[in-house]
Amino acid sequence: MESALALHRFHFAFTITFHYIFVQLTLGLGLLIFLMKLLALKTGDERWNEAARFWSKIFAINFALGVVTGIPMEFQFGTNWSRFSKAAGGVIGHTLGMEGLYTFFLESSFLGLMLFGEKRLGQIGHTLATAAVWIGSWMSAYVIVATNAWMQHPTGYHLGPKGEILLNSWWSLVFNEWAFWQYFHTIMGGIVTGSFVVCGVGAYYILTKNHDEAGKRFLRLGVPVGALATLLVAFPTGDMQAKLVAQHQPATLAAMEALFETTKGAPLAIMGQPDMEKKRLDNPFIIPGVLSFVAQNRWTAEIRGLNEFPEDTWPDQIPLLYFAFHIMVGLGTLFIAVMAAAAVWLWRGKLFEAKPLLWALMLFLPLPYVANTAGWMTTELGRQPWLIYGLMRTADGTSPHVSSGNATFTLLGFMGMYSLLFMLGLFMIWRELDHGPGTKGEASSGY
Amino acid sequence: MLPVIWFWIVAVMIAMYVVLDGFDLGAGAIHLGVARNDRERRMVLRSIGPVWDGNEVWLLASGGVLFFAFPALYASSFSGFYLPLMIVLWLLILRGCAVEFRSHVDNAVWRPFWDVVFSFASALLAVFFGAALGNVVRGVPLNADGDFFLPLWTNFMPGPNPGILDWYTILIGVFALATLVQHGSLWVNYKTEGDLQSRARRTAFAAWMAVVALTVAATIASFSIQPKLAQSFAEMPFGYIFPALALAGMGGVAVFLKRGEDLKAFLASAVYIVGMLTSVVFGVFPMVLPTVGDPSTALTIHNASAPEYGLKVGLAWFTPGIILAIGYTTYLYSKFAGKVDLDEAGH
Repeated sequence: MESALALHRFHFAFTITFHYIFVQLTLGLGLLIFLMKLLALKTGDERWNEAARFWSKIFAINFALGVVTGIPMEFQFGTNWSRFSKAAGGVIGHTLGMEGLYTFFLESSFLGLMLFGEKRLGQIGHTLATAAVWIGSWMSAYVIVATNAWMQHPTGYHLGPKGEILLNSWWSLVFNEWAFWQYFHTIMGGIVTGSFVVCGVGAYYILTKNHDEAGKRFLRLGVPVGALATLLVAFPTGDMQAKLVAQHQPATLAAMEALFETTKGAPLAIMGQPDMEKKRLDNPFIIPGVLSFVAQNRWTAEIRGLNEFPEDTWPDQIPLLYFAFHIMVGLGTLFIAVMAAAAVWLWRGKLFEAKPLLWALMLFLPLPYVANTAGWMTTELGRQPWLIYGLMRTADGTSPHVSSGNATFTLLGFMGMYSLLFMLGLFMIWRELDHGPGTKGEASSGY
Repeated sequence: MLPVIWFWIVAVMIAMYVVLDGFDLGAGAIHLGVARNDRERRMVLRSIGPVWDGNEVWLLASGGVLFFAFPALYASSFSGFYLPLMIVLWLLILRGCAVEFRSHVDNAVWRPFWDVVFSFASALLAVFFGAALGNVVRGVPLNADGDFFLPLWTNFMPGPNPGILDWYTILIGVFALATLVQHGSLWVNYKTEGDLQSRARRTAFAAWMAVVALTVAATIASFSIQPKLAQSFAEMPFGYIFPALALAGMGGVAVFLKRGEDLKAFLASAVYIVGMLTSVVFGVFPMVLPTVGDPSTALTIHNASAPEYGLKVGLAWFTPGIILAIGYTTYLYSKFAGKVDLDEAGH
């Protein structure tokens, strides 16, 4: 049973992490393509339309991989987590059902028009189709975050006579206070990925003196958007989410910092390794007071350490949780620095000659993926040992009749298939990058 | 009353999925056979390219609606049908990649590879969906908690210890393949011209004859395997309207195809599919998952549905949502109406 639980957890973690590689770019790039279309309409400069077409091709490949890896997600609650589905389906089925009805239909209908409808729709109609795809992806993100927020911070339910979870307020489910900040934090994370991808490709084009005209255009849009998003992802959205964790999941906050003893003016660790045997942080390099400030806005506030909570309510992967959180925060800080420098140099008109900065922008391209993944790991590992915080333990949510052998079989199947998809995606996107923005009339070479 | 409404909503959404994704699965199944060169294969893909993703959304949306309206059914059936469902997911992934990526690279190895993936995955999906329906009609070995786990096969007999595949579910799988081949051929016949169209037309005729024969065989087999079907039609004779609809559709396909009224022939095939599916659904109602064991363990609309509040509030968001969804679908199909034209830029 123990090993089946670990397999079900890894099954879900692996498939959703892989799916989210594509989702985060969709969230950011959808907005950026829409902005390119708007710039083309406003300035009348056809080269913005060319840029939009180029990025739409990449968007299409990315979106297709997002769709095919997303299909399993709709079913995996039932396949691997049947006890959870039976208990919570009457609640989170609402947000997942709304996703299907309100966002998938919107996205899938208008994606075809965005890719193949520029001539049929005219420029204004085509810009609106682009907006529909972008808004659809953001709405989809909202209901998924609301689903996760309910698992982090269940609201709008009461318990029936046999302990069953009964929804009694759809509004509190959909407008959970937890969902609000988590949503904007997630969206900003997506825009960070989108803008780093656009800037990274732009920098690459300038450095290789290939399509450098287009490369400069990408930076002129990507850097301001990226600079803004890297700030907003930290403050206020990330900060507010940390405060919610501090308020509602105090053991999680302590685990994220590997804070074992209750401390006044609790520090933030820049480095150090949680030592679970000795219950301390090894090789700590800390800034005093910062954790207290982040959690409660007071440098001297008292933060409860893990030792105050029963051990069976501690997150079960504290070192991984600690590192995930620190990788996210560390990278987020670097993103602010790089984008701020790029914005200043762009404003002074010197970015396109500043080789070290262009190199940095290019090499940073994969890092937002790491940061977004680490962010979700912080959220999901931080919720442990709960599947629904305070209501249902993860160990009680699995499918009892799916054996570890069957779970291993399908996990290996997904790992094999997704490795192939990853190579396929890289190959296809690399080809488009190599071709560069062209003058073809439509975004895609079609079927 | 609310569980009944949601039962029929889910049934109609699944029927909608089979009608819509059914034609692109069918087009995939005949892809290698009817489209003989790169130009023709691109025509088949273009006829479904802008719509297949939207069609598949009906499956996802049905899954989502099932999740909140009948959580116990969602949990029991998806974990019990674990292995075939995962295989279906892999086939859907492969097929999606094939449709989207096949024409991106002009290469003598790349395109034929994805053509084969597309065609085999489509045909296998049709068989698996049919077998899934067969499993639901036959019933599964539910325990007292309403759970089960089916191996892929046991002794290929639909007895007390069945597998996913037995002679009955394989029969229904083959039947589904024939039905979707008919449906997909009629779509390709309607959307294309020239040699490709005439081959699709001949395939549609052949598939129609297979469908007629298999309809008889599957009906006899289903009534002998699941006694509830005969009971439902005997107790509520108005239910004969559903098989009547299927028969009208079946006749319509032949008549309209003979007359060269291609769109009507395709729509008649859609009517046939809806008639057959609603007949099955009516036949097992109020069960949503019959059992092969003690009848009291069967999942019904009463013991598998969510509490009343959820079903009521669900109707409030579902109604505007489905109107929007139908609106988008209609708009999309109207934008890509008419015969496929390869020389036109885009599409």
